[in-house]
Amino acid sequence: MSLTAPLAALGRQVLSALALIGHVTLYAVETVSHLFRPPFYGREFLAALIQIGWLSLPVVGMTTLFTGGALALQIYAGGSRFNAEAVVPSIVAIGMVRELGPVLGGLMVAARVASSIAAEIGTMKVTEQIDALVTLSTHPMKYLTLPRVLAATLAVPVLVGVGDVIGIMGGYFVGISRLGFNASAYLTNTVDFLETFDVVSGLIKGAAFGFIVALMGCYHGMNSGRGAQGVGRATKSAVVAASVLILAANYLLTEVFFTA
Amino acid sequence: MIELNDVHKAFGNNRVLRGVNLTIPKGTSMVIIGGSGTGKSVALKCVLGLVTPDSGTITLDGQDVTQGDRDAFLARFGMLFQGGALFDSLPVWQNVAFRLLRGSLKRPKAEAREIAIEKLRRVGLKPDVADKFPAELSGGMQKRVGLARAIAAEPEIIFFDEPTTGLDPIMSGVINELIREIVVEMGATAMTITHDMTSVRAIADNVAMLHEGVIKWTGPVGQMDASGDPYLDQFIHGRAEGPIEAVR
Repeated sequence: MSLTAPLAALGRQVLSALALIGHVTLYAVETVSHLFRPPFYGREFLAALIQIGWLSLPVVGMTTLFTGGALALQIYAGGSRFNAEAVVPSIVAIGMVRELGPVLGGLMVAARVASSIAAEIGTMKVTEQIDALVTLSTHPMKYLTLPRVLAATLAVPVLVGVGDVIGIMGGYFVGISRLGFNASAYLTNTVDFLETFDVVSGLIKGAAFGFIVALMGCYHGMNSGRGAQGVGRATKSAVVAASVLILAANYLLTEVFFTA
Repeated sequence: MIELNDVHKAFGNNRVLRGVNLTIPKGTSMVIIGGSGTGKSVALKCVLGLVTPDSGTITLDGQDVTQGDRDAFLARFGMLFQGGALFDSLPVWQNVAFRLLRGSLKRPKAEAREIAIEKLRRVGLKPDVADKFPAELSGGMQKRVGLARAIAAEPEIIFFDEPTTGLDPIMSGVINELIREIVVEMGATAMTITHDMTSVRAIADNVAMLHEGVIKWTGPVGQMDASGDPYLDQFIHGRAEGPIEAVR
């Protein structure tokens, strides 16, 4: 084996990663461009809105409820080391709306939605349903991708908002039942220290994460390999890519919102 | 008339089409035969623009298929896919009337449903099938729904990709008869891909044999048995010995 072989292998990996970034970027640009070009399939958009938004509510709600409760316990335990137990309501609220609500909501939607979109579209591809769409004069990007991406971009911020409220309620229940907080004082502390931008930044993150989730599901589904293995690989890639991109985008957005 | 002139297509190192020349006169039924992996489906998908040829030209009535209004071009076609390719999430009637529910051929919903039920009847399916989902149907019924969808908008040209694959001999006979009747009745130009020699004799006006990416023989179905072409003879008689390697 030549000494340059490892370097060549590394180079191939880098080039393939760059090509993937290019493909995904072009796919995203093409998806957005279809928003401004008719036709728009309203029925498919509404179906996607229900699938992505309404049906994800239980999983997002449960996740944020338990996370809010655990967060209250952790902050109380940590705060008690320097007599700062009183900060529990405000830190739970700020932590939920700025970080945990959008990130956990986004990750749960990624697990539930990116996988199902990739599996559905991947199966459509291997069973020639995508080709059938084309022969029926229907653009797959308009019919499959745009409705899902738009629905996720609009639905995930709503899910994040609802998740924030449920998460804060989780902290509230733990605070008053396990940590001895006064109910009225807990709510006052929650509201007093929370700023509008804390909430807005979380909702903007939610929109970005929704876009990422649906885009990854559609992209990997459309580029699925043949057979059950190809669809399985596309599904796995969609969830992994969506999750990693959500965490990366979260860091970038946090830098933009809170350090600029 | 559909004309393929020196069409080449490769996937990586695999040169699937190596200069396909084929003419399908208007109103005739052309059947392309050949072994698995010889590029029959690729040739068909090249005509529809689902696969882009590396070189060569494909014309429809003298016009390059890659030029002009794509929607108007596709509106002239109907296609029956090998596995049916029905949309799982839609009931049967919406599958059949897909083109009539959206786009340039859009009709009111009630009218589209009526047309769908009429087309289902045309392919021998009862109206109660209309509200079922594709997963509730047998393979033969799915093929018939696919056929109903292919003819729903009364296209000028219909493509059939392996229309009898996976069906029992009786259902294959039913599908072959339906295809022949529909093509004659509609006066459509048809292009069919199949391995099934019974289908070839039932459907074809003309036959083309594709092997190693080129058309080895083409002519009227009546001359097929006396062609004298060793490739065609081996294929139509299903012999293991001959110029076509059995292990590919």
